[in-house]
Amino acid sequence: MTIKKNKKEKLLEILFLFFAFLSNILLVGIIIILFKESLPLFKEIKVLDFLLGRHWYPTYDPPEFGILPLILGSLWVTIGSLLVAVPLGLGAAIYISEIASTNLKEILKPAVEVLAGIPSVVLGFFGMVVIAPFLQNVFKLPTGLNALNASILLGIMAIPTITSISEDCISAVPRGFKEASYALGANRWETMIKVTVPAAFSGISSAVILGMGRAIGETMTVLMVAGGAAIIPHSFLQPVRTMTATIAAEMGETAIGSDHYFALFGIAVVLFILTLIFNIIADLVAQRFRKRIV
Amino acid sequence: MVSSIGGANLRMEVKNLNFYYGRSLALKNINMGIENNKVTAVIGPSGCGKSTFIRILNRMNDIIIGTRVEGEILLDEQNIYDPRVDVVEIRRKIGMVFQKSNPFPKSIFDNIAYGLRINGISNKTEIIDRVEMSLKNSALWDEVKDRLDDNAFELSGGQQQRLCIARALAIEPEVILFDEPCSALDPISTAKIEELINQLKEKYTIAIVTHNMQQAARISDYTGFFLLGELIEFDKTEKIFTNPSQKQTEDYITGRFG
Repeated sequence: MTIKKNKKEKLLEILFLFFAFLSNILLVGIIIILFKESLPLFKEIKVLDFLLGRHWYPTYDPPEFGILPLILGSLWVTIGSLLVAVPLGLGAAIYISEIASTNLKEILKPAVEVLAGIPSVVLGFFGMVVIAPFLQNVFKLPTGLNALNASILLGIMAIPTITSISEDCISAVPRGFKEASYALGANRWETMIKVTVPAAFSGISSAVILGMGRAIGETMTVLMVAGGAAIIPHSFLQPVRTMTATIAAEMGETAIGSDHYFALFGIAVVLFILTLIFNIIADLVAQRFRKRIV
Repeated sequence: MVSSIGGANLRMEVKNLNFYYGRSLALKNINMGIENNKVTAVIGPSGCGKSTFIRILNRMNDIIIGTRVEGEILLDEQNIYDPRVDVVEIRRKIGMVFQKSNPFPKSIFDNIAYGLRINGISNKTEIIDRVEMSLKNSALWDEVKDRLDDNAFELSGGQQQRLCIARALAIEPEVILFDEPCSALDPISTAKIEELINQLKEKYTIAIVTHNMQQAARISDYTGFFLLGELIEFDKTEKIFTNPSQKQTEDYITGRFG
């Protein structure tokens, strides 16, 4: 009997080991393919020429594979989205955790999280039919499909991440800090701005970095509203082309095994490394936060 | 049981106080005086309402939703629960040190400077002087004078609690409330804080909650004994511990329950 039981347990153990490793195996597999498929390009051109080249003309003869405009395009819309999402998202988090009544809080927090569930293509559509004409009229532009439009939409998409995580961190600030502040004659506003929010600062920064990761990886909305011009951006009112949009738009048109195909994989590698860096930073910051509060 | 010290020089006075958490009555008809420049201790078993009581004295329970106060709490003859009174002003006059030391996650210096800044002091030299003064008054200066920029969390538990005392002293309150300030401290740190309280009463009026009867006997001038939300007996500390007039008080201080 005991032997049989042990066998069964062993089997279950292996099964769960498999589950535990499956996602990791997939991740490793994806990374290997990304790198493998991008390598042939670098027999043709230097890595630095790829990263810092100012011209992305993949279908010219001879083609040029400089992705600097794409990297900058991604960074511009990401930073722009943070300018939108951080004030709004953090403001919402502070309101929900510190000011709203319990009832209101129970409505608001799930409502903000629902925002995260809106498909990006729907937001992109909204950007095309509502925001684009608006920007076009206000700034007298030839097109409203530009970096600003993409920044606004990506900002809206990053708000739920920033609000939800920041709210958790602000709510987790020990009551003792607030009581100490009140006991010194601080009012609610001073306590919030000078004690509670700073105490949650590391958690809030990791929320912002995660929101940033979400924005830089987003594809569909930027493809629809960023304008798609692979030029080095000088203004938020210019059309830009991001790394993600480039891959999505061009992959279908590319011959497998061509330099263009390899270059798109190269872009994916760059994107992957950038997102990885964001996530690692967010993790480190969050760890520091936990250490300091406990 | 109503008891107040007749003819004394009262700084605070509690009159017919009832306190509710939601619907449940947590404190019943409390009457008590807190004398100027004396230490008034509040003792009683866990759950008797002593911490709740002391937190009423600087309106700290206001921030807990669903609480309600009936009766009057007078500070210098003025009811601190009067709707016209500014709660911020009350808390500035009545400082508090909590059970669990709760320095802010800031530097030692900024922990103390915070209270000064929010109370409108912006002159740098004045802030520096008052930080030093309050650290000296809380007997912490010699231990931290070379590391004022270190994070307060790097201090030991006893030092953190004295930092909290320094923080309360910096804004020069009139009354200081201590809510079981030594319950998480070792005997040496406890002795330091008791000595400190003894010195502080020259300048301040002090009320302290303690679960430690010996502590109340050592440092206080008056003692109130709470049981199940009622003030059973309030008198001179010496009288409470040598010749209590209530049977329940006697049972408690002789260790028959609690």
